[in-house]
Amino acid sequence: MNTAILIEYLPLFAKAAVVTLKISLAGIAVSLLVGLLCSYIQYFRIPVLSQIVQVYIELSRNTPMLVQLFFIYFGLPKIGISWSRETCAVVALVFLGGSYMSEAIRSGLEAVEPVQTESAVSLGMSPFQVMRFVVIPQAMAVSFPAVVANIVFLIKETSVVSAIALADLMYVAKDLIGNDYNTQEALFMLVMFYLIILLPVSILSSVAERRIRYAGFGY
Amino acid sequence: MSNEIQLSVKDLVKSYEGTSEVLNGVSLDVHKGEVVVILGPSGCGKSTLLRCMNGLEAYQGGSITLNGELVTKDGKNMTALRQKIGMVFQSYDLFPHLTIEENVTLAPIRVQKRSKEEASKEARELLERVGLLDKKDVYPRQLSGGQKQRVAIVRALAMHPEVMLFDEVTAALDPEMVREVLDVMLGLAEQGMTMVIVTHEMNFARAAADRVVFIDQGTIVEEASPDEFFDHPKTDRAARFLKTFTFESKRTKG
Amino acid sequence: MPDSGISILFTGSNFWRLLQGLWVTIQISLISVGLSFVFGTLFGLLMTVKNRVVKAFCWLYLNFIRIMPQLVLLFLVYFGVTRQWRINLSAWTSAILVFTLWGTAEMGDLVRGALTSIPVHQYESAAALGMDRKQTFRYVILPQTIRRLIAPSINLITRMIKTTSLVEIIGMVEVLKTGQQIIDANRMKFPTGALWVYGAVFLLYFLVCWPISSLARKLEEKRR
Repeated sequence: MNTAILIEYLPLFAKAAVVTLKISLAGIAVSLLVGLLCSYIQYFRIPVLSQIVQVYIELSRNTPMLVQLFFIYFGLPKIGISWSRETCAVVALVFLGGSYMSEAIRSGLEAVEPVQTESAVSLGMSPFQVMRFVVIPQAMAVSFPAVVANIVFLIKETSVVSAIALADLMYVAKDLIGNDYNTQEALFMLVMFYLIILLPVSILSSVAERRIRYAGFGY
Repeated sequence: MSNEIQLSVKDLVKSYEGTSEVLNGVSLDVHKGEVVVILGPSGCGKSTLLRCMNGLEAYQGGSITLNGELVTKDGKNMTALRQKIGMVFQSYDLFPHLTIEENVTLAPIRVQKRSKEEASKEARELLERVGLLDKKDVYPRQLSGGQKQRVAIVRALAMHPEVMLFDEVTAALDPEMVREVLDVMLGLAEQGMTMVIVTHEMNFARAAADRVVFIDQGTIVEEASPDEFFDHPKTDRAARFLKTFTFESKRTKG
Repeated sequence: MPDSGISILFTGSNFWRLLQGLWVTIQISLISVGLSFVFGTLFGLLMTVKNRVVKAFCWLYLNFIRIMPQLVLLFLVYFGVTRQWRINLSAWTSAILVFTLWGTAEMGDLVRGALTSIPVHQYESAAALGMDRKQTFRYVILPQTIRRLIAPSINLITRMIKTTSLVEIIGMVEVLKTGQQIIDANRMKFPTGALWVYGAVFLLYFLVCWPISSLARKLEEKRR
């Protein structure tokens, strides 16, 4: 492996990492909002809306992100919905991530024992207070590991946006492999940059999981 | 105990969708300061009756009133009404994410908008009374079952309820912890709290109750003073029920 | 307009070609799933070994595979191995290799999880009944482990199927690439082709994955 080439590649990959991070951050943030909304709709079994959410979740979880992305980027403009590459990438990530976040948050909400709600109600709390002071704090702790795991998953999934010619890490690596034949260096940088991005989140994820599994409140 | 009726159940009918009736026209008046113990076999509807009294379950017929105000699941003013009815459940009902003191003060502060200082002062007094003041800063997971139930009682008391409902509060406890919880309840009874208790502890029922109500298959079969009920049950069903709590040795001794 | 665009799917052998592409997708998935189940079970057992070196190796393998996007793994094998050792791996072989490496890690973790989640008292009760280690494993632990594994491993199949869409990027002609070719060939005749063809590919994936993931969920609910 040639160090000079690695140094030469560094700024290219750094720039690409920014693209990967930008799309990831925007996608994850909106995914969390969509997930929050969908999980509450399902938790409260709001008629009609919860059925729509269910259909969305099934569609989202049972199709690959790459196909979702192609449909959004190449397909939708044909009916007049035409967005930039970046927007398409974020929308695709949210279409995928919203359902994963929703399931993670909902399983947290549902993990709270019904008697918790009942005792809160019997203390005279309003439905809002029950959620705010009793259900949500407990649900958040339960959901947290799954939410972090989803964040790792979504960052990884952004790698497919290179397929619509967005200059993310994957795209730069592919470009360099094709043009310069410095395959090893390009792949090395690719792996390193993904490690730098993903390792911290991934460690947080496993720590969170262990804490929730073995401890909980009061330890 | 006075003659004033505090909680009144009239011709209560309750059924779950598609099943037979769980409660089949139950009527029961609870007087101020009275301790009513409800007994009956599993699935007779006694817990359901208690849950209806706190508006946790909707009912299909009849009425429940507290001081003349209607108690229904989705009724107006229910949050205000529920503050006057304290309830303690079988288990798992302390809030695991809050310390013991926070468990007790949450509703007084958030629901009744009392000041934090005042709420926490009262919480400490109440915890002291049940011997748990030293546990005020720990989390529920660190308490034994009996300690948790004592806190659950304190949490309900902190709302200054007029009536307390107890739904098999000792059923999930290890035998050696049952006593400490029942003692707290006996203490409350002596102070004149109006109480409705569902339990399987026969000796406790006899000691605490002003009146025993025996429910079977969704109706009140027998109502009597505890001594009368335990010594001379009037109905066959009550007699048979009481018999399940006694053992006769089949072995010949000696 | 879209209302005429849909006929792109039924012109000539277009739909048949899409199905053929889908068959390629399914073939890659099934072969990788089969290999992953075999190697994953072995890997899972290996992870329960107490030897430190073995443990470290397993940990490194599992975590490297898991942290890397599958597309990166695919690039490492397809471009890296080829150039490094001058071995010419076809896209097909690379795909099977990568998905098997990935599936082995995932399946291995499931197997390990299922094995270690069996409570100690199960071993103890078996011992108390006079069973030896082999009997305990065969009659007590294994049946429970398998029951715990069924739903998540069926779920792994759908994850595998979805992941195979990535081989399009390294140039394999599967369902998505076939779709692209159909769109390109009919650019003039059906300008809105992309909407319908990608829509069809989307639905095809859904129709393959949805029954499988529903089955996994039903089995999981039944087990609980």
